[in-house]
Amino acid sequence: MDELCTGLCKLMAEAGADVGLAQFVSLLVGVLLVSGVPLVTVILLIWVERKVAARIQDRIGPNRVGPLGLLQTFADMLKLLSKEDITPTAADRILYNIAPLVSFASVVLIWAVIPFTPFHYGVDLEIGALYFVAIASFGTLSIMAAGWASNNKYALLGAFRVVALLVSYEVPLVFALLAPVMLAGSMSLVDIVNAQTGMWFVVLSPLAFVIFYISSQAETGRAPFDLIEAESELVAGFNIEYSGMKFGMFFAAEFLHVFTNGILMALLFFGGWMGPLFYESPLIAFAWLGVKGTIIYLTTLWLRNTVPRLRIDQIMAFNWKFLVPLSIANLIFLSLALKILQELGMAPRDLIGASFAEVLPATIVMLLINLAMTVYLLGIMRKRGREARRESQAGAALARAGAAGD
Amino acid sequence: MNVLNEWAFVGLFALMAPIFPALPIVIAWLFRPRKPNVLKSSTYECGVETIGDTWVQFRVQYYIYGLIFLVFDVEMVFLFPWAVAYNGMNLFGFIAGFLFIFLLTDALFYAWKKNALDWK
Repeated sequence: MDELCTGLCKLMAEAGADVGLAQFVSLLVGVLLVSGVPLVTVILLIWVERKVAARIQDRIGPNRVGPLGLLQTFADMLKLLSKEDITPTAADRILYNIAPLVSFASVVLIWAVIPFTPFHYGVDLEIGALYFVAIASFGTLSIMAAGWASNNKYALLGAFRVVALLVSYEVPLVFALLAPVMLAGSMSLVDIVNAQTGMWFVVLSPLAFVIFYISSQAETGRAPFDLIEAESELVAGFNIEYSGMKFGMFFAAEFLHVFTNGILMALLFFGGWMGPLFYESPLIAFAWLGVKGTIIYLTTLWLRNTVPRLRIDQIMAFNWKFLVPLSIANLIFLSLALKILQELGMAPRDLIGASFAEVLPATIVMLLINLAMTVYLLGIMRKRGREARRESQAGAALARAGAAGD
Repeated sequence: MNVLNEWAFVGLFALMAPIFPALPIVIAWLFRPRKPNVLKSSTYECGVETIGDTWVQFRVQYYIYGLIFLVFDVEMVFLFPWAVAYNGMNLFGFIAGFLFIFLLTDALFYAWKKNALDWK
């Protein structure tokens, strides 16, 4: 992108254009190119989402419009375009109209820092990881705005739950994000990927990946955390009053967000574009990233379509009493092990460009620590689960005895 | 690309991002039918006539979560630079970071013991 901008800039300056203008236009072209990727993918994603959901539920899914139903999304878009847009008179007009824009924009903005290949990215910010966290919070804001502006009790209740959910799961998400940042010693996403030449971070810190995976599933509001659109409890959640294209924008944002998280996880934990022959051509590097991201994305769809929804108090308890302490413990153990290994000279201080052999001893130690933690955690979960079941059984027995006594 | 240019890119991106979702909405605005009436633009809610105003005082259930989140969010801001510089530090770097995290974890367990983490 850098080369493209400077090249375009030079061309325009030679043609006699003003330097400031040339810079602006080349930046604009860069922005349009980078944002084009998510905008094109989202059209395909809607089809993928419906097809996968259909297959998991033993249905066929869209198959009428175009080959394999590929043109279904375009048909849907035409339909949405011709729908009457109803703004309730009681709603707060300004916030009501802004909310879908913010919702979609917050996801598209993440793509500014996502590197597609080692040399093709919008911008390689030094604080890329922090930028992602900051931008992702805008989504929460848009849902709160939509819920409040609708002037609808269910929408507001849904928005309340969502804010509590998203705000809570951001804590383990960011703690897990600290693991790749610490290992790479940089917040730039390009550096984080380059630090994985020796070993993918998912091997060095599998627990951080699991925590990141679970909390990003919650951040996108997908099952088992789909309280945002708890149809059976809240009618439809924060978007009840929306219709037409504005309603569609919320959904496009959600589909895109899930895929964005898949790509992000591929970058942070699965070595991004690293794969056989990736250095041969940027296209191969791009393909590796796409394949890895899509596989992670498909597993989230799988999860979404198999697990039932949890109750809000269960979700909150799981986050604050399990995931947050776990993510803190994981960070402490990771940093301690890393420091001791570095002091002993068993791990390189700079992972960028480190070879497989250099990272191997550290990998084995890290894997053992993570395994020990997992076994211990599963033990805790088993114990707590048994206690909870016994309590509720005792409660039910007591209620039965009371009923028999009457 | 220098630092200023990088942020100019992000700034331009931020300006352009809301335009993408706005475009289909504007196109729809050109084509869609407009036949509003009083009943149609009344609040739908759950299909039954809505009772009372929504903008009244609600008990915000996530108030305590918000406070705890704030503590951790501020903590993150300090932890990110620590994580970035971590590889260059010796064992003292770990102890300093550990003490910092420990103090805040302490607060989490205090909130836990006070039952502040239960959704009511």
